[in-house]
Amino acid sequence: MKAANDLDWGNPTLNKKTIQALGFTLLRLISLLTVLPILGIVVYIAVKGGSSISWEFLTAMPRDGMRAGGILPAIVGTFYLMLGTAAFSIPLGLAAGIYLSEYSNDNSWTRLLRIAIISLAGVPSVVYGLFGLGLFVLFFKFGISILSASLTLSIMTLPVIISTTEEAMRSVPYQFRIVGVSLGGTQWQTIRKLILPQALPGIITGIILGLERAVGETAPILFTGATFFLPRLPSSPMDATMALPYHIFVISTQVPGMPIQIQYGTVLVLMVFVLGMNLAASLIRSRARARRQW
Amino acid sequence: MNKKFQENLISNAIRIAGSSSIIFILLIFLFLLREGLPALTEVAPKDLFNTRWYPIEGLFGLLPLLSGSLIVTVFSILIALPLGVGTAIYIGEIAPRRVNEILKPTIEILAGIPSVVLGFIGILVLSPFMRETFNLPTGLTAFTGAFLLALISIPTIVSIAEDALYAVPKTYRDAAYALGASQWQVIWGVVVPAARTGILTAVMLGVGRSLGETMAVMMVTGNAPTMFSGLNSFISPIRTMTATIASEMGEVASGSTHYHVLFFIGILLFIFSLIINVSSANSIKKRTAKSRAQVVS
Repeated sequence: MKAANDLDWGNPTLNKKTIQALGFTLLRLISLLTVLPILGIVVYIAVKGGSSISWEFLTAMPRDGMRAGGILPAIVGTFYLMLGTAAFSIPLGLAAGIYLSEYSNDNSWTRLLRIAIISLAGVPSVVYGLFGLGLFVLFFKFGISILSASLTLSIMTLPVIISTTEEAMRSVPYQFRIVGVSLGGTQWQTIRKLILPQALPGIITGIILGLERAVGETAPILFTGATFFLPRLPSSPMDATMALPYHIFVISTQVPGMPIQIQYGTVLVLMVFVLGMNLAASLIRSRARARRQW
Repeated sequence: MNKKFQENLISNAIRIAGSSSIIFILLIFLFLLREGLPALTEVAPKDLFNTRWYPIEGLFGLLPLLSGSLIVTVFSILIALPLGVGTAIYIGEIAPRRVNEILKPTIEILAGIPSVVLGFIGILVLSPFMRETFNLPTGLTAFTGAFLLALISIPTIVSIAEDALYAVPKTYRDAAYALGASQWQVIWGVVVPAARTGILTAVMLGVGRSLGETMAVMMVTGNAPTMFSGLNSFISPIRTMTATIASEMGEVASGSTHYHVLFFIGILLFIFSLIINVSSANSIKKRTAKSRAQVVS
């Protein structure tokens, strides 16, 4: 028994308990150091931006070269971009997730597909911007438009939706599939009537998280759809649009004499937009987990 | 017959849509090459490896931009590695459940904060702080950028490192406890070494995030294309590859040499990120397969 306690696990001159206490304290401090700036940022923006938020700020057009009035076009633009991104990325992402979970075999094509998805997830956002400029704006001649920007953001969002859909589908027990087919259903009927409904909360969570990222991105829309000033709301998908993230970038770096309150307010609106989606995703996830019967 | 026809139609549609990612990644590479490769004929390769980036005078030396990206990436990882891995160990091995219920969502919030918001905070809070603390002419420095990049890569590092720690089989811990090890000795002597491949992957992906990040870096690093010149570079303005594309692409004429060189920088970024992500993916796959086999046997 003596041998076990004398094993050399590190520095033998220091007491085992002292080292443990030191180590734990260090890790606690590190975690605190990681979390404090995050909470600091959120509280700082909420406090500083809170006083700028008014009904007029949210629903009026900008005046005096953005230095007064509201930010309605940027809010509406961000909303349009989210809808456009959802329109392209949800059907494709769902199909690809279902394919990987239900149809694919473990062959070299599937492995190639997985590498492609991982690579898409890692492409820097500004490179998506270049790609969107090359393909959608110039080659397809969609111009600087909501359409070009949404398509660019969709491809960027795709890997998130694909992998969360696949994971949600795979987590449905195999028995569901056996039951479906043994009742005379085809594979698609089984997927649509039995598996998809079970996997839906997981899929929706993934979609929201993907769109959340798209909504906050600036670099992919810089040269594909964003414009600093639009005196009216965009009226067609071929129009360029204002958007919250791009607006924040411009008013905080390019416009001299920009009232600080408008800057804080705009940042707060984007944060509420994004963190609201984040919250919705976690709520759906935790409610689905609580209800699940398998 | 009708049912069978419908079934075939749907499964074929899913198969085609399912493989779209391969088409997209090829399209991205193709269009980067199409717009970026002409740079190699318009600018002599030796001029690309020059130390001056001054497009107005036709100087397209990429070295200052590579140097800028390297400085902020390395420095951000030096900050994010201890914080990210330390937090992952704390969450995975030590923290009581109630603490984790606060820690984990907070880090998820960080992952959701748009980089332009971090850049905004950088300009308003961090940069004046830097200027006053180090008595600098400007607070827009490599360090300011590195600090924001650390915040951006921390969520990635924490979540992958946490998975890696979680994948260490329980039998390892049990064996170490049975030998009389304290909890700290188990963590430091057994679990962390066993998870080292995964932790390395986490750091690699963090590097990928830092290297590819655009807006936050562009807003706080001052955007001066300077070469690395010793420790002083950390508190001087620099410019990254991503920031160069983002800040200049809006003003160039499409088809010009400048335009082609910016796409060429895009090709470099694309290749770097491809190498980082594909190699990390391989090590993640190997590790999970191995640890599953270990648990079963």
